[in-house]
Amino acid sequence: MSTGEKFIQMLIAIAVFFAVVAVILLVTQRLRSRRGELIQSAAFVLPAIALICLGLLYPAVKTIWQSFHDRTGQAMVGLDNYQTIFTDSTQLLVLRNTAAWVILVPIMSTFIGLVYAVLVDRSRFEKFAKALVFLPMAISLVGASIIWKFVYDYRDSSNTQIGIANAIIKGLGFDTYKFILNDPWNTVFLIIVMIWVQAGFAMTILSASIKAIPEDIIEAARLDGVGGMKMFRYITVPSIRPSLIVVLTTISITTLKAFDIVRTMTGGNFDTSVLAYQFYREYFNSYDQGLATAIASLIFLLVMPIVIYNVRQMRKLEAR
Amino acid sequence: MTTAIPDEKGVEAVVAQEPVTATAKRALSSPWASLAAIVIAVLWTIPTFGLLVTSFRPESAITTSGWWTAAWNGGWTLDNYDQVLNGSDTNLGTYFINSMVITIPSVLIPISIAVMAAYAFAWMKFPGRDFLFVAIFALQIVPIQVTMIPLLTLYNKAGVTGPDSFGGGFYTIWLSHSIFALPLAIYLLHNFMSQIPGELIESARVDGAAHVQIFTRIMLPLMAPAIAAFGIFQFLWVWNDLLVALVFGGGSLEVSPLTVRLAELSGTRGNDWFLLSAGAFVSLIVPLIVFLSLQRYFVRGLLAGSVKG
Repeated sequence: MSTGEKFIQMLIAIAVFFAVVAVILLVTQRLRSRRGELIQSAAFVLPAIALICLGLLYPAVKTIWQSFHDRTGQAMVGLDNYQTIFTDSTQLLVLRNTAAWVILVPIMSTFIGLVYAVLVDRSRFEKFAKALVFLPMAISLVGASIIWKFVYDYRDSSNTQIGIANAIIKGLGFDTYKFILNDPWNTVFLIIVMIWVQAGFAMTILSASIKAIPEDIIEAARLDGVGGMKMFRYITVPSIRPSLIVVLTTISITTLKAFDIVRTMTGGNFDTSVLAYQFYREYFNSYDQGLATAIASLIFLLVMPIVIYNVRQMRKLEAR
Repeated sequence: MTTAIPDEKGVEAVVAQEPVTATAKRALSSPWASLAAIVIAVLWTIPTFGLLVTSFRPESAITTSGWWTAAWNGGWTLDNYDQVLNGSDTNLGTYFINSMVITIPSVLIPISIAVMAAYAFAWMKFPGRDFLFVAIFALQIVPIQVTMIPLLTLYNKAGVTGPDSFGGGFYTIWLSHSIFALPLAIYLLHNFMSQIPGELIESARVDGAAHVQIFTRIMLPLMAPAIAAFGIFQFLWVWNDLLVALVFGGGSLEVSPLTVRLAELSGTRGNDWFLLSAGAFVSLIVPLIVFLSLQRYFVRGLLAGSVKG
């Protein structure tokens, strides 16, 4: 398809869609009776409900069902796929890596985001300083991976370095390091990329909630002679606890589902795969539908309690 | 999810007051604190800056010297951009178009559907309303990986995948992005909508306005900021997405966006930094412009909970 054709296809799709919406609105507009109102509400709600049933509800149920079947989806195998996830050595490595991601990324990004938010709070360059840390949020994870691959670029110690990380190491007089190849630390270096992306999110939310701490609390603490680190430890952190939890849980959920960094930087090789990537790999490379759906269901199972906790915390924040 | 976190106006009001918290600030703005802030800011900026500088350097200079020596080493060029955009083996121009073609409908369609549904959930009365709303809200917890395999099977059966199909294979991507956006969009827009005073709707109804008129004449204009906030989010999300495009694009390069192509380049030409650096910035430029020019809405959306679960 040429560029023009693509745009025409796009315009057709948008036009058809809006025509359908307009027709729905026009037809239901005239109905004023009690029954008419019911039809009206159906016209407003049903498109959304139909799409959600088709694209979320049905597939979710189907995936869970298929996770109890073999690689082609024919024979029922019970819990075999799940057993593979928890016993097979490749899969155990995936679980180990996933655990590292889900523990390190939320804690480190929240910590850095919090410290930075406090440090730049009400400083003269606050807006600019925040934008610098926040910018990676606008970048795709693929873009971020390429940016960091360049930072980690490896060349033998005897050569001129073009990656800044190894240039610094060499400058300090050490041998250059294969950041992306050497297991198990390579996983940590991939995790750093995600921390780099997520810290901006943590900073934004936490900064807003630091600004919302009532003045009188801080004033009272100040009169009691509290300052500096103590103020941070005993006033700031407890006051923003609900936001801290929301940030931690939200980042955990995002991290559990992210596969772009692993795919772009290592392709899951050198023992760096995580659950979200392994799902893709098992289905599209190994054609093992059973195992892939089991991994997806496991992600679902892991995400669920965090989401529920997250939502309850948000409700609490709302209620305040 | 509207939270106790104040909106931007609130934040600005707090800032505008002469800070009573000056002590807290003074205590933390010791030289060490400033140094720590600068170190973080530098660490966060250097990687992107390095690649940006690299993208303007000639290939020979990139491979023989570090980008930090660029000021006196090797000179500058725009060749890299010319080559990634127009070169026959990379041809990112085409993928840039694909990204646009994928993103625009994937933002407009779910927002329209969600605004209508949110209006109905907030202001219309019908049986099962509360149950349906909670159900939609709960479906936010479904990770998209869980939906992919059955959805792909479904698309294949319907014959809408692949470059030869109806619409060139874009429909699967548009539809998937739209569906995945719905629960969050409905929830957020509903929150905004239910904050609009009921008397406004009531008096319009008394004056004889039907729901459709109220929706188009009163609600849509009032909702514009909320729609903008979510729209920006959805835009960045779709533009930056890799997984959906990879899975539902059916591996066909005809419909692949920039992210898919870049990920592929990073695999096949991992050491051609003159290509990768310029390519990365071709893909970054649109989200960066959107982000920098509409940062206010972006932050507002973030504070309201626009984070894909």
